[in-house]
Amino acid sequence: MTTTATRPPATTTPETPRERRAHRQRSGPAYVFLSPWILGVVLLTLAPMAVSLYLSFTDYDLFDPPKWVGLRNYSDMFTADPRYWRSVGTTLLYVVVAVPLKLALALGVALLLRGTRRAKGFYRSAFYAPSLLGASMSIALVWRALYNDGGTVDELLSSVGIHTGGWVSDPHLAVFVVALLSAWQFGAPMVIFLAGLQQIPADLYEAAALDGAGPWRRFVSVTLPMLSPVVFFNLVLETIQSFQVFTPAYAISGGNGGPADSTEFYTLYLYERGFSASHMGYASAMAWVLLLAIGAVTLILFRTSRSWVFYANEGA
Amino acid sequence: MATTVSNLKTTANRARTAAVAKHVGLLAVLLVLLYPLAWLLATSLKPADEVLTSLKLLPSHLEWSNYTTALDGISGVSVTRLLLNSLLISVGSVIGNVISCSLAAYAFARLRFRMRGPMFGFMIATMMLPHHAVLIPQYIIFNKLGMVDTYWPLILPKFLATEAFFVFLIVQFMRGLPRELDEAARIDGCGPFRIFWSVVLPLTRPALITTAIFTFIWSWNDFFTQLIYLFDPEKFTITLALRNFVDQSSTSAYGPMFAMSVISIVPIVLFFFAFQRYLVQGMATSGLKG
Repeated sequence: MTTTATRPPATTTPETPRERRAHRQRSGPAYVFLSPWILGVVLLTLAPMAVSLYLSFTDYDLFDPPKWVGLRNYSDMFTADPRYWRSVGTTLLYVVVAVPLKLALALGVALLLRGTRRAKGFYRSAFYAPSLLGASMSIALVWRALYNDGGTVDELLSSVGIHTGGWVSDPHLAVFVVALLSAWQFGAPMVIFLAGLQQIPADLYEAAALDGAGPWRRFVSVTLPMLSPVVFFNLVLETIQSFQVFTPAYAISGGNGGPADSTEFYTLYLYERGFSASHMGYASAMAWVLLLAIGAVTLILFRTSRSWVFYANEGA
Repeated sequence: MATTVSNLKTTANRARTAAVAKHVGLLAVLLVLLYPLAWLLATSLKPADEVLTSLKLLPSHLEWSNYTTALDGISGVSVTRLLLNSLLISVGSVIGNVISCSLAAYAFARLRFRMRGPMFGFMIATMMLPHHAVLIPQYIIFNKLGMVDTYWPLILPKFLATEAFFVFLIVQFMRGLPRELDEAARIDGCGPFRIFWSVVLPLTRPALITTAIFTFIWSWNDFFTQLIYLFDPEKFTITLALRNFVDQSSTSAYGPMFAMSVISIVPIVLFFFAFQRYLVQGMATSGLKG
């Protein structure tokens, strides 16, 4: 312990009281640095989660004290609230459409960009730009207008004989407008795919080419397995984010989940229950089910990943 | 010999054709991708009668009055005021995130302390936590503190490093810095605070810039939190002002509405052009999402 170079690794338990004191002294400054984060975790994450769990078993309207109702919020939600299930269905449909579409576009364009030498930086930035703007209210309003009755997309489709009368006002199509807006922002996962593609050693492709593998075969046997950890990373992140979509759903639905509740996403319904109808207990129960659902989906993704994600150097 | 040369030529030609086809493909995708932005800009300058009757992208003449109408703002609050409110929240958030996240990141990256492993794991786990799980109790807390309809609920959490993404980003960056520098400073008698301030922090600049840019853009685009906490139109942000157009289905207000939309994304576009190099690099190295 005399020189800094021979300090033990963090896991070593100090032996003597003197060493223990030295260890504690070393921990001190760390906790000073960590204090804002620790405060945030306790006050704004852990305590709220506990409170939210408690509230989910109560009736609470912000004014009168919470009234304990046991599991009633949950049983109402699951058995007596068709709007709830509708919002679950809308959100699941959205996740299942938006995430694969977005990732497929991201991977496709990343593959096109990989071998490009000219203007690569320009393309990368240009494809990335929608990811920065896409979450804004402005762009959501643009999409609402483009897919409205008489909007550009409607007119384009009409000119080839498909009459939709506007996707935004069609209960079967409105959710896809939100999904397409999400897919439009494929630049963010694309940049991550590009970084992943650069990590694949060139000699793998040379070896595959020598063995007579064509472009398709090289893609399936080299690119996909080598890229699978990145695919997995993007899949988990995009899935988690998609469950929480709010702004575009709010804007495209006109703020009320319309038409005919077809775009009442889970988060929109949660907002309506909690902040418009002042059923904070019910909304808390919804929040906890969302938390558990996202946890479960992530867990399932991790479980299945064992069979399709390939790590070139295990343990690294 | 002649055949080899012609073969080489064919191969070169084929490679060139493939490259050209690739660029054509990329540009075609780009055109579709950027069309909504061009449409936004064009519509913001269109006279009211051209919005629906003409499919042409470009307006017949530039209708600047859309912008003068937009500048009036909504419910008596000028656009300047709305932009300043947005700016206040975004800049406050940037300051909070840069300070609190770099402090926490330094501890995780460089200092040894009890429970370091579990705490780091917990920090990573909070990145996955849906915002909605803590939303209602946070609202109740801020309500009890009398902070609803102020900017505190929007800015204060940033000073407590609640956006774990950025802690993680800065940790990853700090781990890449040579430890010899810390050791040298320690031998010279510097304590952890001095090392943090004088050695590590200056070198972490790129990660801090990435944090600042993303925090700015995310807070600028944020709608949900502002919707919940802000009620007084005087305190509205530009995003909340745009919400007034959401339930209007008539196209008569398109000009001023999209003029205001353009105004609202100008700061993001400026940020993007000024820092795009850092942005895309930061994205690629950290796996952050926009």
